[in-house]
Formats: sequence, structure tokens, C-alpha cells
Amino acid sequence: MTDPELLRSVAHDLFAAHAAPEAISRAEAAGEVWLPALWGALEVAGFHRLGVPEGAGGAGGGWAELAVLLRAAGRFAAPVPLAETGPLGGWLLAAADLPLGSGPLTVAPVRPGERVIAQRGAGGWELSGRATRVPWARRATRIAVVVELAGEGRRGVVAVDPAAPGVRIKPGANLAGEARDVVEVHGLHLPADAVGLLPMEIDEGTVLRRGALARAALIAGALERVLDLSVDYARLRQQFGRPIGAFQAIQQELARMAGEVAAAGAAVDASVEAVEHAGEAAALAEIAAARVRAGEAAGRVARTAHQVHGAIGFTDEHQLRHFTRRLWSWRDEFGSERYWAETLGRLAAEAGPDGLWPLITRGPG
Amino acid sequence: MADLALLSFPPVRLPGQAAALRAEVRAFLAAELAAGGFVPRPDAWLGGHSAEFSRKLAARGWIGMTWPRRYGGGERSQLERYVVTEELLAAGAPVAAHWIADRQSGPLLLRYGTEAQRARFLPAIARGECYFAIGMSEPEAGSDLAAARTAAQRVAGGWRLSGRKLWTSHAHAAHYVFTLCRTAPPGERRHEGFSQLIVPLDAPGVTIRPIRLLNGARHFNEVILDDVHVPDDLLVGEPGRGWEQVTSELAYERSGPERLLSTFPLVVALLRALGPDPDRAAREVVGRLTANLWALRRLSQSVATALDAGRQPNTEAALVKDLGTRFEQDLVEAVRGVLDREPDRTEPDELAATLAEAILAAPGFTLRGGTNEILRGSVARALGLR
Repeated sequence: MTDPELLRSVAHDLFAAHAAPEAISRAEAAGEVWLPALWGALEVAGFHRLGVPEGAGGAGGGWAELAVLLRAAGRFAAPVPLAETGPLGGWLLAAADLPLGSGPLTVAPVRPGERVIAQRGAGGWELSGRATRVPWARRATRIAVVVELAGEGRRGVVAVDPAAPGVRIKPGANLAGEARDVVEVHGLHLPADAVGLLPMEIDEGTVLRRGALARAALIAGALERVLDLSVDYARLRQQFGRPIGAFQAIQQELARMAGEVAAAGAAVDASVEAVEHAGEAAALAEIAAARVRAGEAAGRVARTAHQVHGAIGFTDEHQLRHFTRRLWSWRDEFGSERYWAETLGRLAAEAGPDGLWPLITRGPG
Repeated sequence: MADLALLSFPPVRLPGQAAALRAEVRAFLAAELAAGGFVPRPDAWLGGHSAEFSRKLAARGWIGMTWPRRYGGGERSQLERYVVTEELLAAGAPVAAHWIADRQSGPLLLRYGTEAQRARFLPAIARGECYFAIGMSEPEAGSDLAAARTAAQRVAGGWRLSGRKLWTSHAHAAHYVFTLCRTAPPGERRHEGFSQLIVPLDAPGVTIRPIRLLNGARHFNEVILDDVHVPDDLLVGEPGRGWEQVTSELAYERSGPERLLSTFPLVVALLRALGPDPDRAAREVVGRLTANLWALRRLSQSVATALDAGRQPNTEAALVKDLGTRFEQDLVEAVRGVLDREPDRTEPDELAATLAEAILAAPGFTLRGGTNEILRGSVARALGLR
């Protein structure tokens, strides 16, 4: 899958067919934000394996392709663990030569500072730890848990069965009702070969960086949709005998919104390029910049969109909520916006006054 | 659905030689700084006027970079020009003398000028010896440029031009002013009947009066034109098509790194004062500013990419200028928010003095080059709202 236009078009058609706003609303009304038909279609298309090397049973593809797919997913507020299954969970399992299994995957831990420890013992390993805000944990067939191998100075990954004894899932949700569960592992005994060794350069920070970039791409897509919805609404909604978009106040606000959407998209593009050029560990600053800028855009765009849509956009009848509640949530997942701002600030301060400009201008573009 | 294809920011791919070019510019600037060749200053493209420095840049092929070689240009891409200009601006180098001629007057002549005009002006601009000012705004025509009243009457051998131009940067130190004027009354549309004349600033009938800003800057001028005779060969393009010509300049004028970097020296000064391990609040602020700058730079380069592709990204340039100049202002307040000191231009303390200069200069960012309200109106039009 190399042609971005073709990928965008196919992904768009798939999401349009299976992730219409009404489908999301029905799922919400039925009590769980989850679209099995959408997931099935993604599996048939192989999109759930994008970002996993072909040699490991994946669909191949790098961050350029992932960004196209994830932006499309964001444009449709697709409530499925697309980021978690391919470039996160599947990629980790492949990196440790573990089988991918089938069905949706997720990954843990996803918050800075959280750890799951694997202690070597007779016959295998014992896992213990707690990971919070794990996306889609209760829907995943397996949770790819990055574990610290106690005393060994490296990490491994385990495909944890959420139903295994010793694993407790406590349901939680983000503001859009997407599952964000607590995963508690206590005294979980696993055979030796259940833990795949990860290369030295992969650790919890890797998951944060990759997840952060994935969320930035989702946000960029959702922002585009919100701009579309807002402009359409302003052109259609009539008050005082004319479309509300005829008023300068609305025009100015929507022009600012377009600026925010463009800036977030540019930040994501730049970070994807940096990652493709230098790898995601080396592109920490670019990923942080994308997360900060996309996060700032998310807040401003959501606010303006609700203002333009008026009261109807604030109800649970209007599809705007599918996007704004995700914007409000995604901007702080896999590290809060503040976390990424501080991370980038630390890197800038380390670069110093004479190193800031070289930092900003580094890389291929 | 809103047609967002009307706003298009193409992917940016710097050409392979960009890294070497950047290194070359940095080496040149380092040597100049070491030799005391210039003092870094913010807003140097407006405030840093040095004929000597311009000629040095020209000698290295860094003026007229994108123009055909036969006119003294380098036939390089807009993206390569971007590499050079952003390095110069980030370093606060004095590029004001040639800036306008290089940025827009030259490209305008390439697009609309006669062969004789190109041969006459472009090589001199590329040598860093010929400077242009922009004659557009008037006392009664700022945002509403179509209200301009400066008018030229047809006479034997040329035009007789009278009127007043305002906010003409560096007219006092330039050779020519590219003047928008009426050569015919408005037709059905107000935009009809304009032309562009190149007016020598030392011609009889031209009076230049400096305008001082509240921060003491004197680069702006009033240019009074009193029956100035402008020969035929200084009319650029078609008489009556001046509005369209001026519009095509705007993508060049609005989208460049000078719309993002005006207050960059303040972040540098802040980092110097903070040291390598600042507190959380300061880290967060620096991180946010860096993230915003990163995104803006990408957008600005994207417009350069569109220019390289032969497009006229006027709306994209307007969007970038609006975002970039508001960022320049926001940066000042963000930096101020992590400090406890008063701004003071006379302080030997670099940070207090840089903060003072930035605060005083800030109102101009969102006014010059098109007020941001007007620019957002352009974006709104592209979104289909007007």
C-alpha cells in the first residue's frame, strides 16, 4: 500500500460505509461505544495490520501510510482500536517475535511513569503492576503489555489475555465513552516463552511516542471534519434573513479555525516525515511538537465549533459531539498536552539559546 | 461539504542541496558576527538596513536566487531561497535594504515586466545595489486599497503622477517605489483602472517625509508625488491591470519567514537567561512556543513549495501570515508570563531589553502586510462563506 491517495480513498469509503454518525449514536445508545461491523471491515481490508512488518504477518507500511489511515479514522470518529492494534500492539509483538493472534489488540502501559514488572521465577514469569487508561482493554483479545524484566535492565512484551486469572479489568471511559480501562495484574504466572524480549531501544517511552503520534494523526483528521461541519452549518443555518456565515463575526472565527486545522496538519506532517527519516526515538521533539500543536488546535477548534453551531450542536442529537468529545480526550492520551509541552521545553532548554534554531531546522525539511 | 481543496498546503520536500546551503549561510553569518559585521536585531528585514551587507549577500548569489541566470539570478527554487532567508532572519542579519526588491519587486517584473525592464532592474537588484519600496497604501486607502487616489495622467512620453503614499518602508533609502495608481476611472468594479509605475525616488516632484513609530523606528515614510513625470518605459504590465498584478505580489509578501520570526530573538534571550534546566512552568511555555514555531515554519515552507509549482497561493499565504503574526505577538506575552522583570530598553540585561523592543514592535506585526482581519476575510472567502 504505497499510494497515499488510493489509501485515503479506500479508507474513506470504508469508514463512510461503516462509521456513519448514526451508527456511532446507535452504539452509544445501546450502551457501548464499539462498532463490530467496522472492525470486521478493517480486518478484511488488512488495515488493522498496517504498521506491522509483513514478515511478521502484518500489512507493512510506515508512518506515512499510518498517518493517512489514522487521519481518515479521525475524520469519522471511528470508535475502534485501530492505532492500538497495528502500530502499537502488533508492532510490539512483532518486534519480540511473538504471534499476532487475531482480533483487536491494545497496549499497556499508556501513561508516563506507569510500570508493569515481570519477575523471573521457577517455570516462567510472574507479572504484577497496574496500567490505567488502557484503550479498549475490555474489547481486546490480547493486551500487549510492555514489562520491565526485574533486575535485567531491559523490557519484554507479553500478549496478556484480559480474561486470565490474575488480570483485573476495571472499566473506564474517555469523554466520548470510548473504553479506557484500568488493567491490574497481580500474581499472573506465565510460561517462559510468553514473554518476548524486546530490543534494548524499545521501552515504555516507545509506546508513549508511537501512541502520541497516532493520537496526533487522529486529532488532525477530526479537526478537518469539525471545520467541514462548521462551515457547512454556517452556510446553511439562516438567521436574520441570511446564512449566519454572512456575518463577519462568524467568518473571522471560521478563518481562525481553518488556521488551527492547517497548523495541526502541518505539525503532524512534519513529525511523520521526521519519524520516517530518523526513527521515532530520534524524532521525540517533532512528535512532542505535533502533540502540543494538535492539542492546542483541538481545544480551540472544539470551542469555536460549538459556538458556531449554537445550541443544537451542544445536544446529543447532533454529530458534532462525536468529534469534540474525542478532541477533548485524545489531546491528553498517551501523555497529556502539558507532558509533551514540558518534554519539548526540556529538549529546547538542553539545546540552549544557540541550539534552538538548529533544533527547529534539523532533519530533511 | 466545504471545499477545503481551495486551501491546499502541499507536502514539503527540501531539495538535496538544502543542507549544504544552510551550512554555507551559517558559516557566513558566524564569520560576519565574529568580525563585528553586524549586530543581531529582531525584525531585521525592516530595521536592519545595510547596503554593504546586501552587497555581500549578493556576491554569494543570495539575492535574486530564483531568477533566471541571464538576469543575474541563480535559478534556484523558492525552497532554497527559503533556507537562506530564514537563516538570515533567525540570525537577525540586516537584510532590509534589498528585502522588498528581492521578495516581490523582482518577481513582479519577471511576471509582468518587459524584457527591457527586466534587463534594466533585475541584475542591479541581484547585485544588491538597487532597492525598491512599495507604494500601495495611502492616507485614505489602507485595508481598502481600492480606494487609492494617486493617479497618473497620460502625457507625451509617459505619465504625470500625483498623490500621496503612506507607510512606504525605506523610501528614504531606496532607489525606486513600485507605485499603484489610477490610470483610468473605476469601471463597473472598483478594482478596474489601476496600473503600476516604477517611480525613481530622486525624480523631481517626489518628496519623502519620515514617519516615526511609537518605538522610535523610522523606516516608514510618506511619499508625496507632485506632478512627477514617469516615462512610458516605467509602466509595468498592462495599464488598467494593476490590481491583478498587485494581488499576485501578495503571496510573496505575506507568506515568508519574516511573518514568524520577528520575536524569535526573545525566545533565545529567554533560554539564555533560564539556563539548561528551567522549572516546569518555563519548560511548558518554551515547549509550546517551539511547537507553534515548528508548525508555522512548515506551513510557510508549504507556501514556498506552492510558489515553486507555479501556483498563486494567495489564500494560503494570508492564512499563514495571520497565524504567524499572531504567534509573534502571543510569544511576547508568553515569555513575559514566566518572567518577573520589567521591560526596559536601556537595561544592559539582554532579556529586559529584548522584551521591551518586542512589546513596542508587536502592534505592527498584525497590521503590516495586510491587517489580519482582512486576511481572515480572504480565508473566509476561500471557505465559501462570502
